[in-house]
Amino acid sequence: MQNEMSRRRLLGLGVGLGAAASLTLAGCGGGSATKSTATGNGGKDYTGPKVDLKLWNGFTGGDGDIFKKLVEQFNSEHQNVAVGVTTYKWDDYYSKLPGAVSSGNGPDIAVMHMDQLATFAARGVITELDDVAKTLELTESDFAPTVWQGGLYNNKRYGIPLDMHPLGFYYNKAVMQKAGLDPAKPPTTKDEYTAALTELKKSGVQGFWVSPFQFTGGMTFYSVLNQWGGSLFDAEVAKATFNSDPAVEACTWLVDMIKQGFSPANVGQDADYLAFKSGKNAFNWNGIWQINDLKKSPQVQWGVAPLPQIGGKPAAWANSHNFTIVKQRSADNNKISAAKVFINWLSQHSLDWAKGGQVPARKAVREGADFAALTEVNALAPELEYAAFPPAVPGLGEVMITFYNSFNEAALNKKSPKQALDDGVAKANKQLEDNRKKYGS
Amino acid sequence: MADVIEVGAARGDAPPPVGGKERRGASASRRGRATTPYLFLAPYLVLFLLFGLAPILFGVWISLHQWDLQLPNRPLVGLGNYHDLFSSDSAIYGDWWSSVRATAIFTVFSVPLLVVVPLGLALLLNRSFPGRTFFRAAFFAPYVLGVAVIGLLWRFLLDANLGLVNRLLGMVGLPSDTPWVTDVPWAWVSLVGVTVWWTCGFNAVIYLAGLQDIPAELYEAARVDGAGGWDRFRHVTLPGLRPVLLFVLTTTILASANVFGQSFLITQGAPGEQTRTVVWRIVDEGLRYYDAGRAAAMSVVFALMLAVVSIVNFRLFRYRED
Repeated sequence: MQNEMSRRRLLGLGVGLGAAASLTLAGCGGGSATKSTATGNGGKDYTGPKVDLKLWNGFTGGDGDIFKKLVEQFNSEHQNVAVGVTTYKWDDYYSKLPGAVSSGNGPDIAVMHMDQLATFAARGVITELDDVAKTLELTESDFAPTVWQGGLYNNKRYGIPLDMHPLGFYYNKAVMQKAGLDPAKPPTTKDEYTAALTELKKSGVQGFWVSPFQFTGGMTFYSVLNQWGGSLFDAEVAKATFNSDPAVEACTWLVDMIKQGFSPANVGQDADYLAFKSGKNAFNWNGIWQINDLKKSPQVQWGVAPLPQIGGKPAAWANSHNFTIVKQRSADNNKISAAKVFINWLSQHSLDWAKGGQVPARKAVREGADFAALTEVNALAPELEYAAFPPAVPGLGEVMITFYNSFNEAALNKKSPKQALDDGVAKANKQLEDNRKKYGS
Repeated sequence: MADVIEVGAARGDAPPPVGGKERRGASASRRGRATTPYLFLAPYLVLFLLFGLAPILFGVWISLHQWDLQLPNRPLVGLGNYHDLFSSDSAIYGDWWSSVRATAIFTVFSVPLLVVVPLGLALLLNRSFPGRTFFRAAFFAPYVLGVAVIGLLWRFLLDANLGLVNRLLGMVGLPSDTPWVTDVPWAWVSLVGVTVWWTCGFNAVIYLAGLQDIPAELYEAARVDGAGGWDRFRHVTLPGLRPVLLFVLTTTILASANVFGQSFLITQGAPGEQTRTVVWRIVDEGLRYYDAGRAAAMSVVFALMLAVVSIVNFRLFRYRED
């Protein structure tokens, strides 16, 4: 009996060991990635034998269905290419991918956030795509400059931008109306914002719940920090600068929302958004991806607008999905050229992707009449002029966690904004130094 | 397992059969049998070497390098990764020790409860009363659920502003704004409480099995000698449960020290990183930041810490047996 029980517990431990084992075994295969540049004609067409392509993405929301439909359409139009889609949660996705790739079980095409490209390029997981960009006749002027440059690492292109997804300002029309505010005129400036919150407070509503977590408080802080004229890092991303005066002011403004009673303290993960949907607050700064989710809740009367300008200039957190081609242990040139055809095709169909609730990366598509018809997504398109994308340097993920954690400590009133950010910067600088040693930039 | 050993031992002690010829034959066949135990052990040995010992040794090897799955060069850094964990000017020092502290807090508060509460539960469930089977199942039920299920469930129940727990507390006139998942010490209360609720049924089942192994005659004899309820518990139940207690204590300490899912899902490390545990840190370093060398060094140090705790634990129980 006892032994059986202990074996069960051991089995539990064994899972961990097994994971470690597969990790280490996977490690044996590293470093053997073959170079595979300039294959095919850059994605114009593919005439070779039939190939199966594996594609991985992290589109777990409503966007996933739209993506799958696009892939089905591609498959039916291309007899000799069959794309199969696998979807993971983004969190798991980035930790699964390296192991899968080095053990030879990785995908052929991987969708990736812009700020991850440099990390994966530096680590040799993905391959160069300059020829695809050339065939697609993509140039910097087609994109927001940061997005275009974010796909570069050591002057080579690794990602073809598919879309951009900024933070937007969601407002609950019913709650605004109840407080005597005009739901057709969401606040756009700091004064209007404060005035609206004051009115809401009078009607017994804490209008703007400040979440201490990355989703959504951390991204809100990221946005206002940029609005105040601050930045997270210096231009070379050698030093963290998110304890500068503008950053501290921006952080203080957010923490004061709680102190002034416009937000409750100790907002839990997702609580801000759930409260928004159930009419317990009025304003939520949240990702463009929530548009599709809100459309599923017809009882919520909501609108979405560019973020109010709280600081000295407009700014909004944003990121971008990119297509990448994964390096294989044994390169199959047919697969690579077919993958390029797929990327080319989907990039041209990015208007359909916009229906998934993302702004297409291509300017031409954005400026077309069809895109204007997508009211809500289109409402956030102006933000792209001033969107603040995370910098693309290898190994930044860990440093961003440090940034979001320092905001967490300030928002939960564990430290003063200044103290929290000073501590965060001290740690971030050490992490940046470690990264420089590791990636040798 | 124990049965097998007993049978083997009994056969070894058996008087030799009479008759020289037969004896020779028997001893020859016994010599032949000498390999039998090893053959029986072989499958497990292979699995253990392949999935137990080899990864452990490989892990130690990794911990001596700056090891990234993809980067082509994996420079040998000797004890550098270990040095980082113990030198206060490295980037990881603060994080590492804060997660050791978090794990220690959780273990110190959860283990006593997970040892005592299930024992009480088992004593109650061991009596005969109508509906006993139902209650046995009811207390075990949460253990069947995965950590993702209970984590998500409790995160929303315990939410400071929207959760049911605070609302109920408010209805009976208690403070209704306790930050159960975003501030300490409440976050620890939540994590320990949820874990006890979730896993106490498992330990209770083990106790229950142990209780049923204690011969009823011992209780009868104690009763005849005039022992009260408490005396019977102290002098019959507890000694009878000693091996079970040692097992429960050891596995509970190890399980609590390996806490990951609860804080990952319920508190998400908040506030700051105060509830971020060691295993979570190791997963992050190894799989999220791809620093397998550092993660391996952490695993080795953590395993040594747990080994020390387990040895102390076994020693304490052995002394009591003497």
